[in-house]
Amino acid sequence: MIQITFEQFTEKLEEVFDSIQKETLTPTTKFRDLADWTSMNAMILVALYETEFDKSISFEQLRKCETVQDLYQLT
Amino acid sequence: MSSFLIENISIRGVAACVPKDVESNNAIDYINPKELEFLIKNVGVKQKRKIQEGVTCSDLCMKAASGLLEKLGWQAQDVDVLIYVSQSRDYILPCTAIILQDKLGLGKSTLAFDIPLGCSGYTYGISVIAGLMSATKRKKGLLLAGDVSTNMVSTQDKKAFPLFGDAGTATALEYSNGAPLLLFEAGSDGSGFESIIIPGGGCREPLNGGNTKHNSSQKDRSHLHMDGMKVFEFGITQVPQSVKALLEFGRKTHTDIDYFVMHQANLLLNETIRKKLRFEVAQVPYSLENFGNTSAASIPLTMVSELQQPLSSKRNEMLCSGFGVGLSWCSLLAQTENLTIPALFEYD
Repeated sequence: MIQITFEQFTEKLEEVFDSIQKETLTPTTKFRDLADWTSMNAMILVALYETEFDKSISFEQLRKCETVQDLYQLT
Repeated sequence: MSSFLIENISIRGVAACVPKDVESNNAIDYINPKELEFLIKNVGVKQKRKIQEGVTCSDLCMKAASGLLEKLGWQAQDVDVLIYVSQSRDYILPCTAIILQDKLGLGKSTLAFDIPLGCSGYTYGISVIAGLMSATKRKKGLLLAGDVSTNMVSTQDKKAFPLFGDAGTATALEYSNGAPLLLFEAGSDGSGFESIIIPGGGCREPLNGGNTKHNSSQKDRSHLHMDGMKVFEFGITQVPQSVKALLEFGRKTHTDIDYFVMHQANLLLNETIRKKLRFEVAQVPYSLENFGNTSAASIPLTMVSELQQPLSSKRNEMLCSGFGVGLSWCSLLAQTENLTIPALFEYD
């Protein structure tokens, strides 16, 4: 699968974080601050990787991510 | 090798019965509106049915079974295999199936017993009843599958309470020489037993005073405990694996399937599985929105509530997958034709 760009990645992330504008998603943005982070958000993110990026990531890997850049590197 | 096939058994009909009382998730007052909206959007349940006081799951299954027998034109005395798949059994002992053998008017030569499986129960149940009927050449069998999960969860459990609903179903099977094969792929992973569990009230952890009636609001050891993330992780890896293996075993692809009916776990999980397996929206019906996660009843309930017309009027290539509590999973590939499907029953 062709590696997606950071731009394309944040576009998909925007869908996950509902009301967030993608412009606010910079590489250093701490994604957990964007929502009242619950396990549901974590599941939505894992689901996104499965369905949009064809990538299986574990909750363990997700736990180690802090910034949007960290998330991007999992794709 | 976890795939296997069963010969000479046809599924003839499916019926379902739900309690009359509707509970709307929008009425939950201890979750703030924004959080509630987010929850409803992701679990996919707007409302569910709640059983009335004094009514049990076996009552729902009995109504479904009686209605199905009537519509099929089958005599109760001709049915001699009866399996009750449920975690909501009338008594600790004896088996509920045996009580129903008597109540339904089945003969005394009936093979009757319970299978206390949940989410994977329907498809596992089909494999057991079909296998038994095929081996013994018994002519007619009934598989009753359902659960009353609303009594198992604490009303204060934000994650579990909005999810579950109550339902009971009946499926009729018949011995038929040369019937299209029933294909299965199934397995178990007990390392995940704590992912969905009611810890107290069994032999491992008896409840104080042996009293199993609990205060439904305070979550305690007698309530359902669910690790959503572990179940999710299991669902998105094991189910696609199981389905792919089964399709390969049956020499089919996802485009050969008319309908893929999954256990109605929650919308996020189910949709992730659907997309991962490349099924189209039209191939994957949901009863989740109006009935919630109904455990062992969810697959047959979805067939009745969403697919009555196509299932009763033509041949269909059906793929069903049950997965969850245990952890346990079973997928089924079956060709059905002109099934007898009464309209959804309500228990009053």
